[in-house]
Amino acid sequence: MTPFSYVRAADADAAVRHSGVDAKYLGGGTNLVDLMRETIERPGTLVDVTGLSAEITETDGGGLLIGAAVRNTALAEHGLVRRRYPMLARAIVAGASPQIRNMATVAGNILQRTRCAYFYDRAGSRCNKREPGQGCDAIDGFNRMHAILGASPACVATHPSDMCVALAALDATVHLSGADGERRLPFADLHRLPGDEPDRDTVLQPGDLITAVELPPLPIAARSTYRKVRDRSSYAFALVSVAAALSVENGTVTDVRLALGGVAHKPWRASKAEQALCGQPATEATFRAAAAAELAAAEPLRDNAFKVELAQRTMVAVLGELAEVEVLGGGA
Amino acid sequence: MGIIVNGTDVALPDDPRVSLLDLLRERLRLSGTKKGCDQGACGACTVLVDGQRILSCLALAVQYEGRSVTTIEGLGDEGALHPLQQAFIEHDGFQCGYCTPGQICSAVGMIEELRRGVPSHVTADLAATAIPHSRDELRERMSGNLCRCGAHNGIMDAIAETYGAETHAEAAE
Repeated sequence: MTPFSYVRAADADAAVRHSGVDAKYLGGGTNLVDLMRETIERPGTLVDVTGLSAEITETDGGGLLIGAAVRNTALAEHGLVRRRYPMLARAIVAGASPQIRNMATVAGNILQRTRCAYFYDRAGSRCNKREPGQGCDAIDGFNRMHAILGASPACVATHPSDMCVALAALDATVHLSGADGERRLPFADLHRLPGDEPDRDTVLQPGDLITAVELPPLPIAARSTYRKVRDRSSYAFALVSVAAALSVENGTVTDVRLALGGVAHKPWRASKAEQALCGQPATEATFRAAAAAELAAAEPLRDNAFKVELAQRTMVAVLGELAEVEVLGGGA
Repeated sequence: MGIIVNGTDVALPDDPRVSLLDLLRERLRLSGTKKGCDQGACGACTVLVDGQRILSCLALAVQYEGRSVTTIEGLGDEGALHPLQQAFIEHDGFQCGYCTPGQICSAVGMIEELRRGVPSHVTADLAATAIPHSRDELRERMSGNLCRCGAHNGIMDAIAETYGAETHAEAAE
């Protein structure tokens, strides 16, 4: 680990003041400390922001304001999250291990970096995310875990978070503090597709600090869930995951929120599928057509073509579960 | 102020790179807590901080100023074993023993989470206030602790005997 100085920020203003060109904000450390040990991240200063708000408060309209330093466990166990946004609680407890969820903060979870093995392999692999311009060894390498949507010739990494898939589906807003004061950003606009700048995971500028995440009041989310498909039944990153909320009236889909994980450089809001579902009968045929519409643009790599079908079947299975419609031969 | 380790106040390291795990093992000579992967994948370094289980390998010690850390040395002692330690012996909950301190600290933290009603991946009803202490729940909640000897069945037996019985008692009331 490269030497660094450590400061603890009492509040957001102090944190932003301490941030410099080579500073990083430190939450629970579950990803950043590991990356520093691998010398992939080499900050000169760590600004500990775990002293920032760890409160979850109800907003006027019936939404939730979640402080950036709220631990993952605390968010998943919160009564209003479990009742009003069950997909979020489910997504969080599908991720990592209990010990890591006890440490990890909400903002840290959002800003965690890809687990692409080539990104981590500083000694032996080329990676445009780690060293811009170096090349990508994943594109022609072992890319079973990699992206099928929105990738670029420069990067095929995926965003590893489960929690973020739910936040993408829930129309969350991110509260930011930075050199120019405070501002808000739709969560969907926070993470980037790789393009030719895969070293930039998000649109945040140096010094920008996430201070809170706001969930809007969203009655549809009370009937929502999260399903994660992975190589073992616990403590593994997603091959594919689906966050979904569905409203059906008289057999017709009246509203839906849908997002995918494990398929792209960012949590993937499935807008095309949402459009294909709204106003249509809540049947397996509709669900299949919607899933197919979302995955039509998929560009699989050597080892991950299975994800294209897996993502569609998982979407159909989850929609069937929420609509209480038998799908996939009832075996879902 | 330093860090309170098993009831004793110890000084923070001068170098912020020192992990809580290295502080415990290399500086305090509390070698019960084990270094397995040193990257948050195995759970061997699990300790309790203010009663909550965390991975000490991913924890910078300086972040834990003023917090109370409990390691396996703080849970039991020779001749005065923690009930879970005794149960691990009786159920062959280990072979080489390397993951055992982490398993036991993890289980002690786990049961508090379960009693508090923290949901898990296998919890069917998120709205339930009381979560059953079922095998599936215990197994899922211990999935962050790997045992390369494959003693997981013995580990689950030990945990179920120590903590699972209370469910049956509660259910019978």
